[in-house]
Amino acid sequence: MMRTARALALAVAAVAACGTVVAQSKGGAPSAQTVKIAYLDPLSGPFAAVGQNILKHFQVAAEMASTKQLAGAGIRFEIIPFDSKGSPQEALTLLRAIADQGIHYVVQGQGSHVAIPLSEAIARNNERNPKQSIVFLNYAAIDPDLTNSKCNFWHFAFDANTEMKMEALTDYMKGKPEIKTVYLLNQNYSHGQQTARFARELLARKRPDAKIVGEDFVPLGQVRDFSPYIAKIRASGADTVITGNWGTDLVLFVRAARDAGLTANFYTYYAGVIGTPTAMGASGADRVRMVSYWHPNIENNPAEPIYVDFKKRFNEEWYVLASQTSVTMLAEAIKRAGSSDPLKVAHTMSGMKMNGLMGEIEMRATDHQLQQPLYISTFTKAGGPVKFDAEKTGFGFRTEKAIPTYVASTPTSCNMQRPAKP
Amino acid sequence: MNLELFLVQLLNGVSYGLLLFMLAAGLTLIFSMMGVLNFAHTSFYMIGAYFAYQLSVWIGFWAALLVAPLLVGVVGAAVEQWGLRRVHKWGHVPELLFTFGLSYIVFELVQVIWGRAPVPYQVPSELDRPVAWLQAAGITFPQYRMFMMAVAILMLGALWLLLKRTRIGLVIQAALTHPEMVEALGHNVPRVFMLVFGAGCALAGLAGVIGGNAFVTEPGMAGSVGAIVFVVIVFGGLGSVAGAFIASLLLGLVDAFGKTSSASLAGLLSSAGVELAPQTFGYPVLSMTVAQVAPVLPYLMLVLILIFRPRGLMGTRES
Repeated sequence: MMRTARALALAVAAVAACGTVVAQSKGGAPSAQTVKIAYLDPLSGPFAAVGQNILKHFQVAAEMASTKQLAGAGIRFEIIPFDSKGSPQEALTLLRAIADQGIHYVVQGQGSHVAIPLSEAIARNNERNPKQSIVFLNYAAIDPDLTNSKCNFWHFAFDANTEMKMEALTDYMKGKPEIKTVYLLNQNYSHGQQTARFARELLARKRPDAKIVGEDFVPLGQVRDFSPYIAKIRASGADTVITGNWGTDLVLFVRAARDAGLTANFYTYYAGVIGTPTAMGASGADRVRMVSYWHPNIENNPAEPIYVDFKKRFNEEWYVLASQTSVTMLAEAIKRAGSSDPLKVAHTMSGMKMNGLMGEIEMRATDHQLQQPLYISTFTKAGGPVKFDAEKTGFGFRTEKAIPTYVASTPTSCNMQRPAKP
Repeated sequence: MNLELFLVQLLNGVSYGLLLFMLAAGLTLIFSMMGVLNFAHTSFYMIGAYFAYQLSVWIGFWAALLVAPLLVGVVGAAVEQWGLRRVHKWGHVPELLFTFGLSYIVFELVQVIWGRAPVPYQVPSELDRPVAWLQAAGITFPQYRMFMMAVAILMLGALWLLLKRTRIGLVIQAALTHPEMVEALGHNVPRVFMLVFGAGCALAGLAGVIGGNAFVTEPGMAGSVGAIVFVVIVFGGLGSVAGAFIASLLLGLVDAFGKTSSASLAGLLSSAGVELAPQTFGYPVLSMTVAQVAPVLPYLMLVLILIFRPRGLMGTRES
């Protein structure tokens, strides 16, 4: 018995030793090797639809980076899915497993309530176990705290944050004198509260004449019947509604508005997310505006072939440009660093400028917030400039205004601690 | 609050309450009959919505309105016949666990068949407009919500007639309290149970048919109404259809008026002559408006009624 145990222990040690050798050889010059990227987002439960759809985005991005050899000859990328179930606790448990499997890159995006603890846990992990360092590529969690008070060196934000998006929205609203009365309705959690806060601040600065006539917070994903809120908005006389709502909280809100004949326009962040166009249908036409870094009907759209292929292949919408941006930037950083070592890659990516799919992009060194142009679009009948309709609804997005990078850029209070360069 | 807003909120509250009632009626009926709290009840609501969506694609909404609840009833009866009845002999806890498990299975099945994203189940175009006579009075209220109310009231009437005025209703009521005696008189009590379970599920299915397009048909829809329906039946008194009716109307109104009320404790105190400043101890809590706490109100009502009247508004048993 003892003997077997000892033999087993020896075998395990031998395997482990082999593992280290392989890992070390991988850490050196990037020749034929596979860079693993953990995808840590909900794949089951209420938010599974979005999670599964975005997983495909990343798989496509990894395939492309591999076949085009973006990181250099022979370097392949592989996405390893981990189901966070949308829970911060689950995500942190899985992070342990990710580190133990020797994966150095994590992509996550669904929910700042997960991204913030994850970012902190990664920073802690990297300090304690430098050999298992992890780089966090955040493709969609947009709480500005992530790149301000809670910023850290290992976190890279590829989506524009709430403040930047609101900066873009209010910039558009500045040129719309017909906007006189504004109502804020948001989900009662970090993102919704930040949206409301920045809407107040930025409107006061750019449109001091526009009045905020009401404000409400709804519990996340709990409200079925939005008609009482609509009646209240109607009674307030608001001509414009700003909402950071997403998923059913946006769909039900827009539907109830149409049913009750509310004519106000909706300024949203997430009208393009999977399922939302289907559920909005005609009820969202010409009244829903969206701020985003991409939509399928941008003029001279270099990402169009990816969108078309994706739609053909999976019969689902492609809209998460950040999946491409993050994987290509990672590949480029590996190429420039001449190594897939996380510390070297993170140092290279910090402050890196490159030609992205949609133009020049920069990973700002001070806070690791990607600087990119944004677009304001309207959900409207397909045809003419609206070449592609969303989810076969007959309605799609039409650009109202392109917001250049410098307008959407916001200052940061980040005071980043940088580990020494290797 | 002006009169127009008041009327709109009244209509909103009543129509939402009536939809809740359709869900709760079946649940409370099943409970009073079989002593089983059916955790999967709102899953039948979801199945109803998905069936109605699928059928409305094939045969149109109006036919779906009739066929979908019947199909859901058949599914429910089958679940009782081949599932619940077998578990029944082991007691109530296994039955409860059975329905709990069932709700997860339905959740996954729906996702396998119809996908994880919402399906485009829309209100029929005939009803997709505001009510004309209310419009003339300056109130915009969707025709479809009127239709929802009409269906719920018709259903309530039919249910009442069935239970109180027909022979089968007599047998059901007798089987409620004295199953052995009813059996001794030659009635097939297990079959009565199956019918009641099936009918209860059909009612949930009907609620799904008219609620699925009023709101949104997606896999999360069962979970989102689950908690509130339990509040309704506990508040109204477990097993009481009349209690469920009152409780659902009450909750509908609390929902509609609660969400829009800007009253707060601070306001109440200051009108009573007590002046408060932001420095006052507990000011953030005192100044919270009813609208801010509206989502919690139903659960607050649940807790309060359990403390002061454990059997609910019209419940008959203490347990």
